[in-house]
Amino acid sequence: MAANTQQYRGTDFQRYTMRVAIYVALIVMTLIFLTPVYLVVVTSLKDPASINLQNTWNLPETIYWQSYVEVVEEFGPRIFNSVALVVNATIISSILGSLNGYVFSKWRIPGEKILFPLMLFGMFIPYQAILIPLFEFMRDINLYGGIPGLIVIHTVYGLPITTLIFRNFYVDIPDEMLEAAAIDGADFFRLYTHVVFPLSIPGFVVVIIWQFTQIWNEFLFAVTMTTNEAQPITVGLAQLAGGEAVRWNLPMAGALVAALPPLLVYLILGRYFIRGLLAGSIKG
Amino acid sequence: MNSSKDRMIAFLMVLPSLIVIAIFVYYFIGRAVQTSTTDWGENPARPALQEDVIKDYVGLANYDTLMSEMIQSNFRVSLVNTFFLTVFFVAGCIVVGLFLAILLDQNVAGEGFFRTVFLFPMSLSFVVTGTIWRWMLQPNGGINVLPTYIGLPRIEFSWINSSEVWWQFSWTDVPQYLTTAGIAILAFIAVRYALRQNWRSASFMGAAAVIILLIFMAGLWDYIWRPLEFPDVEPTIAPKGFNAALLGIIIAAVWQMSGYTMAMFIAGIRGIPEELREAARVDGCSEFGVYRHIILPQLNPIVLSAMIILGHISLKIFDLVFAMSGPDNSRTVVPGILVYTKGFRQNSFASASAIAIIMLFLVAIIIVPYLWTQLRDDS
Repeated sequence: MAANTQQYRGTDFQRYTMRVAIYVALIVMTLIFLTPVYLVVVTSLKDPASINLQNTWNLPETIYWQSYVEVVEEFGPRIFNSVALVVNATIISSILGSLNGYVFSKWRIPGEKILFPLMLFGMFIPYQAILIPLFEFMRDINLYGGIPGLIVIHTVYGLPITTLIFRNFYVDIPDEMLEAAAIDGADFFRLYTHVVFPLSIPGFVVVIIWQFTQIWNEFLFAVTMTTNEAQPITVGLAQLAGGEAVRWNLPMAGALVAALPPLLVYLILGRYFIRGLLAGSIKG
Repeated sequence: MNSSKDRMIAFLMVLPSLIVIAIFVYYFIGRAVQTSTTDWGENPARPALQEDVIKDYVGLANYDTLMSEMIQSNFRVSLVNTFFLTVFFVAGCIVVGLFLAILLDQNVAGEGFFRTVFLFPMSLSFVVTGTIWRWMLQPNGGINVLPTYIGLPRIEFSWINSSEVWWQFSWTDVPQYLTTAGIAILAFIAVRYALRQNWRSASFMGAAAVIILLIFMAGLWDYIWRPLEFPDVEPTIAPKGFNAALLGIIIAAVWQMSGYTMAMFIAGIRGIPEELREAARVDGCSEFGVYRHIILPQLNPIVLSAMIILGHISLKIFDLVFAMSGPDNSRTVVPGILVYTKGFRQNSFASASAIAIIMLFLVAIIIVPYLWTQLRDDS
């Protein structure tokens, strides 16, 4: 973009004011976007006795860590539930998505022009539309209410997006590579394990990050498909913050604890997160 | 690679996924449609969760009830809410996202930092966002007291529990509005095609506009828009209009999702060859003109994609409303919330299913053509 030094017409003064305006706008937007973060951190560190609506924005006079201890106690098993759910559902749906993507991008299967869009439609439907039959079905097969049932649900409804991301990823692997290996006698599985899979690591990173954040953050299945002991963390947070007489230090600390895992993933692996995000609009 | 044995294996490998999708998506949708035509959970004499509960077929009665009877007036409010929520949420995300994308396109120092800041809310749960913004928008605290720090009067507005209803209209008039809007949009598109001498598309759009007019005149709307049970009481019990309490939810949703549109726009802008901009500058375009004439027209397809993706998110919205104003707030009620309260609290499975099917229908209207065109361009 070396040409861009030439891009601003007009005098030096106009150019200078334009640059200043751009940075002022960026800084104002940054402050707006980060204001909620400031308020969450400040509120979560205040002694509940000193929180009132008038001094909302003040810094805490003394740092009060107790809210975090209380929140972790309150969440308790729910943190473990979320971890068990996320780890299992993410791994299973990623592996299945990788296999599906491999088949849909490199093999011809009967009716794929119809089957693939039918599968993709599954990621756009409002899950409310299948919620009641899902509830009946899970009850019938004795998987309603627990974490194993939730793992099954998230694996199944994760298949469209994981398949899509892997398919778009594998389309870029040249067919010649697979044909060369096939001439050497590689069959379906050997082509996958020796050619496709070794090239899949970035694809897996994108899919795993995507599934991890989606499932961790999910609320509809979490609140309708679990009984008390099996609730994930988002349900815990909703309970912490619900009701009228809320001590706001707790929900704020809770929000921060619930947000931390996906937030860390985003900050460390943001580039891959954005790729997953943009995959949701179909084209790779 | 072409051995029929391997092709068979390939098919067998995706078969389990196809089968579970067939069950969990299509069979369940079918069952939901079926449930919506029964009285399961609507008859107090038969507890819904009893073994072998009798479910009688009632046809479209549940849909009729939703569209007309007083007891379901909150469903009609939820449809109106979804409309306003969608319009303002989508418009807000596109305007803010485009603004941020253009700012970041100016070769700024620290671009990576700014991008990270504008996108981070995307990684949060809607429940987290809702919890945080509920505190931000407390009527007597939060951003309402912020002006007092610089000596200004505080803001007096109840962002999430206002009971004001702006721009009120009558539910009975909605088919009229929808017909007028549909014809106006189609006529506008037809004129644009005509100006570009694309007569085929122009007459197609014109014909579609005429068909909508005919549908309206033939009274086909009356099959969907049933006469209200108590047309006189409806406006006082469940006024239709823009519920001011939605403003807080819209603000929180735009805060969370505008980074997403920004990312889409940045990807789009990066795809425009630098030579194109350079050529425009050589032709004497100002920097503003480059955006007006070169970049924005190229972003049109992205604006459309963003409208569809964000629009369908807004039609499905549940968790943000749940966390911000609770599932029982009659002012901010949306269809997604009603499926939860009716289905999982009151066990009114049939009417909850009918609402869910209406949601699915609305989402399908925008998603099916989108999927179709996307995948057609793909191959």
